[in-house]
Amino acid sequence: MSKAFDSNDKNAAATAKPNKAGKAAEWADERLGLAGLAKKNLRKVFPDHWSFMLGEIALWSFIVLLLTGVFLTLWFKPSMAEVTYQGSYAQLRGLEMSEAYASTLDISFDVRAGLLMRQIHHWSAMLFIAAMIVHLMRVFLTGAYRKPREINWLIGGGLLLLGILEGFAGYSLPDDLLSGTGMRIADGLVKATPVVGTYMSFFMFGGEFPGHVIVPRLYIAHVLLIPGLILGLIGAHMLLLVYHKHTQWPGPGRTNDNVVGYPMLPVYAAKAGGFFFIVSGVTTLMGALLSINPVWKYGPYNPAEVTAGSQPDWYMGVAEGLLRIMPGWESHLFGYTISWNVMIPGQIGPFLIFGAILAYPFIESWVTGDKREHHLLQRPRNAPTRTAFLVSLMTLYGLLWAAGGNDILATQFHLNLNSITYFMRGAIFIIPAIAFFVTRRWCISLQRHDNEKLLHGYETGIIMRSPDGAYSERHLPLDEERAYSLTARDRDQVYVGAPEADANGIKSRAARKDRLRARVSAAMFDANVQKPTSAELADAHHHAEEAAAQDHALIGHHADGHELDGHREYLVSDEPLRDH
Amino acid sequence: MRFINSLAGRLSKGRRSPLAAPALLLSALLMSAAAVAVFTPANAVNKTSDADAIAKGRALFLVGCSSCHGKNAEGITSPDGGQYGPSLVGVGAAAVDFQVGTGRMPLANPGVQAPRKKVVYTEEEISQLAAFVASLGPGPAIPTSADWDASGATNEQVVRGGEIFRTNCTACHNFAGSGGALPGGKYAPKLTGVPEKYIYEALVTGPQQMPVFSDAVLTPQDKRDVIAYLKTTESDPGYGGTSMGALGPVSEGVFAWVGGIGVLVMFAVWIAAHTARTKKGSAS
Amino acid sequence: MSAPTEHGAEVAAAVADPIADPGLSEHQPRPTDVDPAKEKRAERQVAALFAISAISSILFVVAYFSFKIGEKPDVVMGLGASHVALGLTLGLSLLLIGVGAIQLARKLMADHEIVEYRHPAVSSEEDRETALASLRDGIAESGIARRPLVRNSMLLGLGLLGVPVVVALRDLGPLPGDALEHTVWGRRKLIRLVQDVTGTPIKPEDLEIGQLVNGQPELFFEDGANETYDLQSEKAKAAIIIVRMQPDEIAAAADRKDWGVDGILCYSKICTHVGCPISLWEQQTHHLLCPCHQSTFDLADNGRVIFGPAARALPQLPITVDSEGYLASQSDFLEPVGPSYWERG
Repeated sequence: MSKAFDSNDKNAAATAKPNKAGKAAEWADERLGLAGLAKKNLRKVFPDHWSFMLGEIALWSFIVLLLTGVFLTLWFKPSMAEVTYQGSYAQLRGLEMSEAYASTLDISFDVRAGLLMRQIHHWSAMLFIAAMIVHLMRVFLTGAYRKPREINWLIGGGLLLLGILEGFAGYSLPDDLLSGTGMRIADGLVKATPVVGTYMSFFMFGGEFPGHVIVPRLYIAHVLLIPGLILGLIGAHMLLLVYHKHTQWPGPGRTNDNVVGYPMLPVYAAKAGGFFFIVSGVTTLMGALLSINPVWKYGPYNPAEVTAGSQPDWYMGVAEGLLRIMPGWESHLFGYTISWNVMIPGQIGPFLIFGAILAYPFIESWVTGDKREHHLLQRPRNAPTRTAFLVSLMTLYGLLWAAGGNDILATQFHLNLNSITYFMRGAIFIIPAIAFFVTRRWCISLQRHDNEKLLHGYETGIIMRSPDGAYSERHLPLDEERAYSLTARDRDQVYVGAPEADANGIKSRAARKDRLRARVSAAMFDANVQKPTSAELADAHHHAEEAAAQDHALIGHHADGHELDGHREYLVSDEPLRDH
Repeated sequence: MRFINSLAGRLSKGRRSPLAAPALLLSALLMSAAAVAVFTPANAVNKTSDADAIAKGRALFLVGCSSCHGKNAEGITSPDGGQYGPSLVGVGAAAVDFQVGTGRMPLANPGVQAPRKKVVYTEEEISQLAAFVASLGPGPAIPTSADWDASGATNEQVVRGGEIFRTNCTACHNFAGSGGALPGGKYAPKLTGVPEKYIYEALVTGPQQMPVFSDAVLTPQDKRDVIAYLKTTESDPGYGGTSMGALGPVSEGVFAWVGGIGVLVMFAVWIAAHTARTKKGSAS
Repeated sequence: MSAPTEHGAEVAAAVADPIADPGLSEHQPRPTDVDPAKEKRAERQVAALFAISAISSILFVVAYFSFKIGEKPDVVMGLGASHVALGLTLGLSLLLIGVGAIQLARKLMADHEIVEYRHPAVSSEEDRETALASLRDGIAESGIARRPLVRNSMLLGLGLLGVPVVVALRDLGPLPGDALEHTVWGRRKLIRLVQDVTGTPIKPEDLEIGQLVNGQPELFFEDGANETYDLQSEKAKAAIIIVRMQPDEIAAAADRKDWGVDGILCYSKICTHVGCPISLWEQQTHHLLCPCHQSTFDLADNGRVIFGPAARALPQLPITVDSEGYLASQSDFLEPVGPSYWERG
């Protein structure tokens, strides 16, 4: 035994004298064959941009959720059995309540750092979903969802849905007055399902609301089922990210065929790892200083009690807002009830908004017919219709969120509750439409502005007076790198459609679809401003040179305004390039 | 007196201090003197001072209140059938003490609801106004501290008060007494920082849109329990940090976005920002 | 963006960049790369961040054992001392590790950008052919395609496996039956209306004009109610509110003239929208507002909806006075209470 050990030792010492880490790596590689994988990925390149880190916020929040969640499960009792509370919070002592609520109080008052973990967990949940949405907006606005990343786009959508579901399940677990009220509303939503609603409600709650099983059932979904699915999808999301390599902004040396940035080891690992600690640190500080969901103030759930300010967590705000502003429509047909007033806001509306955003990439790719891979991001202004679409949906989202908090708006800003509701009923249709048109025009004028800069240079802020007395602002050409970055984008092609119908004049379905495609394509791209052609650029540069020659003549006369104050002649070309 | 003497004698038997018996005697004498002072002259004075207070209250009323409530507090009906001010006959002294004592009356300008504001009248003037209105018809009297003082409540009473509070009050006033919205720009006001007496008076009189909680149904003890719960909870420390207005999930959500996502995005910008570079020339 | 393959050549011409790619810009060193003093300073900075984080972690332990929680917790500046101290120390130790690592990466780690080339996501033609061939071989060797009997019966077997999976979930809950149509008010006639929490029975003369009582059936306050009733589920349907108005202000429907007592009416407390308990009663307007979604009901007008998303009037409980003069129910609600459902009609 010891002999073998010795000889091994000698061998190792003879060959390379590896340090401890090297030895461990060797040990692992001999069993797992990891070197092949590691050689490809240890120096994998990640481009650097702040907006590429938004998804990371979501990922790290999820890790924080897992860690704090495990801590909470050590004390939480997912049971609706009635117990008499005897814990430290005097104002509830002696009351009958569910074990779930009592154990939540115990975590808050009788476990050191228990309340801290609860609050970190809750804040992380809010940030997790918020970060997913911000990340989604970044991906959408830059066109990062284009081929080959469509599947990852859908996986991301699935993650968002699961995250919201997971959040709602967690919100319902403590069985306090607020979470019970939330379940009550969920029950109402389920019951509004045509044909099977009542059955679904009875199967969910194991009988009539609230029953005795919903907390344990939600618990297993919350701690095992949904997190498992989320973990799996995150794994797939990351694997695809590694396989496709990250997208990047176009720029000098940054093309569709390469990726420029820092290697995974060491820079990216340090930045990403550091960001994990920053996210968890910020969340912990929020948990330390800002009270969230003070369950002891809400009291145990009692179906005959309710509190003003009964709202779901923010990510359910869309459904809540729709529920509040929906007119009371209900149909009675052949002895059956169809509750439009609950179905539309609860079961149709939110999914319609979500579906529209998830489907947009596919509609766009059908219209363009683009089959190429895209690894360069588009600036939001260069896809005006897409940007305007998202902005109008964001506006809708914000309005609905405000509608979901109409009572809080009313009290905090001294508004009339009913007026807010009436206003919102119209506003959710009108304001997003206005937002759409304004954003689209805004994008297009920004595109024009870019072309201005390319053709005529940027504005220096220096006013020149010509010999005949005319004033003009001096423009200087962009430097080469900046100019290249502005032109590194594709020209939009408006699809004109196949030649009209076939010889027999029969309008086939395919032809109809083709015409629709042509029309949508024109609507999407016709108004866009395209980058200048080489000829236009050459022409403009020629003009610029002439103008510069004139300017030069003026500069020769020391007409820079500083002749008398002793300052040196001000040379604009020494100034650093401005950033727009 | 003989009874007290003998009581003192008996009590002092088992005591060491020779001063115990005289001390007890003295305190008994003082107490009875105080009782006499409180009861007898009060009755005698009441008649004259009552009439006096009512007269003074009426004078105040004619100046400050009658323009809306009418010269005899009968209320004034506006041409469209509404009311400038309701009739005050039978609302009782408690209603006056609440409305004027919290500054809600006199109204600064007409609106959907009288807001709480700076109190205009002195305590004495308020009691005179109350006496006048109370003289118009029977109504709840101003509660005494024996009615509303809940400082000695047991924990059991506090817990019970919490139950009553959550069943009857939170729907409008919010779980932490932060207030809530009512239709048409009206609102249920904040309960934090409101003196016990006014909470009690509001329960008894049902000011503005608030329903009445009569003593026969919600007994004075029930009311004291609610007050005890409110005051106990108000003095709770912030167990989990600052409360952000105790408004529920809306303010939490706003903070998650503005504070949480805002700060983290700023960190992201810092992480990805280009570090300072030296001038090209100095590179070696 | 749009490059239909059929117009390949034309597109290529248009896409040609008007400005040529100048290529990656030259790497410029950072102050810490060229100035040893600055490098040392950055080094000390990062080390200090990590060190403070370590100290903060130790302070966490100190705080854990020195601050009391429970019934009489230590309080500092009106906040729970243990909670805030633990949070601040833990938060700081996490945050500073993060900030230190980022500072390390930004200032001290090599910062040469690297170029990596992309490959199309698609696999090579050859790989694809081989994979397809393997697939074909596999299917052929399995013989499934040649034996439709085996294939079809297998599909049938697999398909029907879904049935047990679904059927096994049947016992998640009982069938609804007519459970939603009745409340405990139907258990017998003349059930007293009592105040919730305290269980006080109510006489009409106890109620003043403008009074609101949040009530329950007396059944829930009888001995053994805990065993007899599933209290939470029954309360969720039976909760009531009792209000008193001026009798002449009530516009009762013809069949509801005798449902109240001297201007005292009783309604279900459960909103007909999605079931929140409602008790925001405005005594002057007689409007009842739901705090969840702001449905507003006019209690002087048979519980009619006057605002908000609810579609149906609030169900009214017919009440009377029992032999001892207390308010009591005449019967159950005459319609199902709470949110709508398909079979409600």
